[in-house]
Amino acid sequence: MNQHEKETLLSIEDLNFSFTTQRGIVRAVRDLSINIKKGETLTLVGESGCGKSVTAHAINQLNPMPPGHVDSGKIVFNGTDLLTLKKSEIEALRGTQISMIFQEPMTALNPVFTVGSQIADVFLTHQDMTKQEAMEKAVELFRLVKIPAPERRVHSYPHQLSGGMRQRAMIAMALASPNPGLMIADEPTTALDVTIQAQILDLLQDLKQHIEMSILLITHDMGVVAEMADRVVVMYAGRKVEEADADSIFHNPHHPYTLGLLNSLPSNKKYKGARRLEAIDGTVPDLLTIGEGCPFANRCVYQTGECSRSFPKETIISESHSVWCHNYQAVKTENRQ
Amino acid sequence: MFKHILKRLSLLIPTIFGVVTLVFFMIALAPGDPARVMLGERANAEQIEQLRAELGLDKPLIQQYGLYLSRIVRLDLGKSITSGQKIASEIKERFPATIELAIWAMLFATVLGVLLGVTSAIRRNTWVDYTTMGGALVGVSMPVFWLGLVLIMIFSVWLDLLPTGGRMNIRYFFEPITNFYVIDGIIMWFKEGTPKFLVSALRHLILPTIALGTIPLAIIARTTRSSMLEVLQQDYIKTARSAGIKERRVIYRYALRNALLPVITVIGLQFGLLLSGAILTETVFSWPGIGKWIYVAIGARDYPAVQGGIIFISIFFVLINLVVDILYSVVNPKIRLQ
Ligand SMILES: Nc1ncnc2c1ncn2[C@@H]1O[C@H](COP(=O)(O)OP(=O)(O)OP(=O)(O)O)[C@@H](O)[C@H]1O
Ligand SMILES: [Mg+2]
Repeated sequence: MNQHEKETLLSIEDLNFSFTTQRGIVRAVRDLSINIKKGETLTLVGESGCGKSVTAHAINQLNPMPPGHVDSGKIVFNGTDLLTLKKSEIEALRGTQISMIFQEPMTALNPVFTVGSQIADVFLTHQDMTKQEAMEKAVELFRLVKIPAPERRVHSYPHQLSGGMRQRAMIAMALASPNPGLMIADEPTTALDVTIQAQILDLLQDLKQHIEMSILLITHDMGVVAEMADRVVVMYAGRKVEEADADSIFHNPHHPYTLGLLNSLPSNKKYKGARRLEAIDGTVPDLLTIGEGCPFANRCVYQTGECSRSFPKETIISESHSVWCHNYQAVKTENRQ
Repeated sequence: MFKHILKRLSLLIPTIFGVVTLVFFMIALAPGDPARVMLGERANAEQIEQLRAELGLDKPLIQQYGLYLSRIVRLDLGKSITSGQKIASEIKERFPATIELAIWAMLFATVLGVLLGVTSAIRRNTWVDYTTMGGALVGVSMPVFWLGLVLIMIFSVWLDLLPTGGRMNIRYFFEPITNFYVIDGIIMWFKEGTPKFLVSALRHLILPTIALGTIPLAIIARTTRSSMLEVLQQDYIKTARSAGIKERRVIYRYALRNALLPVITVIGLQFGLLLSGAILTETVFSWPGIGKWIYVAIGARDYPAVQGGIIFISIFFVLINLVVDILYSVVNPKIRLQ
C-alpha cells in the first residue's frame, strides 16, 4: 500500500510541553512534530526519560496539568485541534476514538473491581446499553484478545490473572469502543517476559488486520520496532532526531543515536561510531539545564563545535526519511556498507 | 473469606480473656481499699472487715480472680454497690442510649469526614484544602467536654435553639419501646400520628453528636485525604481516565473505593475510641447512657459497676473491630478471595 494515499489521522505540530517543578522548568518535549496516517503503526523510540510518554499523554491530555503545560503547538486529530477542546469534549474522545494501553499491567487495572466490570463500564460510559449487554460485550472482547475461558475470566479480579493475561485485558479495554481510531500503546510489552511479549505483539498485529485503526506504539526496544513499525520516530531528550519508514531506519540510519539504538540489538554490532555510545558515561542530559544545541552532542563521536551551538535543521534524505544532525554525512560515509 | 472470618473469630476468645484479666488487675491493684473508701472515714474496722468479706476482698488475689472469672463466664457481672441492681441489667437499660449516640456521631463523622477528605484531596493546595485541614487540626486537638460546653453555651444558652441535655422533652409523656429514641419516635409517629417525639429525639441528639463526632470527623477527613491523594497517583486512575470514564465517577468510584480501605480501619478504631469519649459527652449533656453511668460509678467508688462497665465497653470495642475487619475483607477482593 502506498502511504501517501492515506489520510492523516493525527498530526502533532511543533509541540512544546514542559513541567514546572521545584527545581525549575523541565522541557520534556521540544518542537516535536509527528504525523500518523489512518491504519498506520508509528513507533516512538528513545531511551527512558526522553519524553515518549509525555508526548503520548499530551494527545489525550492525561499529563498532570499542573505541573505540566503546553507551551506551544497543535495536536490535530481528525481535523480538530485537541488543545482547543473543553474538558468534557476530551473526555468524550477518550475511550471512543483514542484509547490507550499502559506499560504496567500489574498496576494499570483497578484492584477492587473485576476486569469484566471495568471493561463493561467503558461500554456503559459511551454507549446506550444495559449492564448485562455490556458484560456480554466484555466477554466478546476477551475472546477477541484470546483470553481462555472468557465467560469465567471476566469475573476475575486483576490479582487473579497473570501478567500476560492482564495485558490482554487492558487491550480488550482499549478496544471497548465503537470505532477505535487511534490506539496509543505505551510500552505495552516492556513488563512482560519474551514469549508473552511476542504473543501480545502478534495480537496487536492481528487486531490491526480486523479493525482499521492506527497505532502509536511507544517502546525503547528496537526488536519491538522491527516487528511492528510502519514508520519510526526516534526521540532523544525531548527532540525528534530521526524519522523514517521502518526499512530505512534499520538499513540506512543517519543519526548517531539511531545507530546506537540499533547496536544495542543483540544480533547487531555493525555500526561503527555507535560502539562508543555504551561506553560514554552520563547518559541523557538533564532536561532542566539543557541548552539550545543538539542534546546528543555530549555523547556523540561525530560532534563538532556547531553541535553545542544550535539544534540542526531537518535534512531530507528521501521522501520518507529525515534526520536532524549537523554531521549526518560523516556518519553516512563512515558506516557505508 | 470464611477462613479469614473463622480465624478472626477464633482470636476473639483469647482477646476477650485478656481484656477481662486486664480490667480485673487494673482495678484490684489500684491504690486504696474499696471497702474503706465506700464506707467513708467514720467507719470502724469491724464494719470495713464485714464489707471486705461481702465483696470477697479478704481472699487472696488469685482466688478473687478465679471467682471473678467464673462469674464472668456465666455472664454475671455482679451487683452495683450503690443501687443494689444487677450490673448486667443496668447496662442493658443504658446501652441503647449510648449506642444511639455513638451511631449518630459515627455517621456524622464518617459521611462528613469522607466528603471533606475527598474534596481536600481533589482541591489539593487550594484554600478549600487549607481550611479543611486546618479545621481538622483544631478538631483533633479540642477536648470533648470543652467542645460540649461551648456548644451548649452557643446553641442552647445564647441562641436558645437546642436543648442543653437529656434525650427527650421531659414534658412529653413518653414510654420508650426499644430505647433507641429515634426508632421509638418513628413508631410513635405511626401510633399516635404526631412526629413530635421523633423531632424532640433528633433535636436532643444534635449537639452531643457534634461534640462526640468532631474528633473522629477530623481524623477520618485527614486519613481520607492522604489515602485519596495516594490513590489518585495510581496507574489505574490514568487507565480509567484514558477510557473516557467521567471524572466524577473516576473519583467517587474508581479512586474512592480504593482510598476507603485504610479509612475503614480508622473508622473502626475511632468507633471504639468514641465509647471512651462518650463518658465525657454523656456527662456534659446529661445523656443517660453507659458513659454517664460509669462516670457516676467512679465518683461513688462503685467498683463492681466500674469494672462491669469497662469490661462491657472493651468487649464491645473488640466486636466492632471484628465487624470492621470483616467489612474490610468484603471491600478488598484480595482478602475476600483468599
Ligand atoms: N509529572 C511530572 N513532573 C515533572 N516532570 C515530569 C513529569 N512527568 C514527566 N516528567 C519529565 O519529563 C521527562 C519525560 O518523561 P517521560 O515519562 O515522557 O519519559 P519516557 O520517554 O516515557 O520514559 P520511559 O521509557 O521511562 O517511560 C522526564 O525527564 C520526566 O522527568
Ligand atoms: Mg514512559
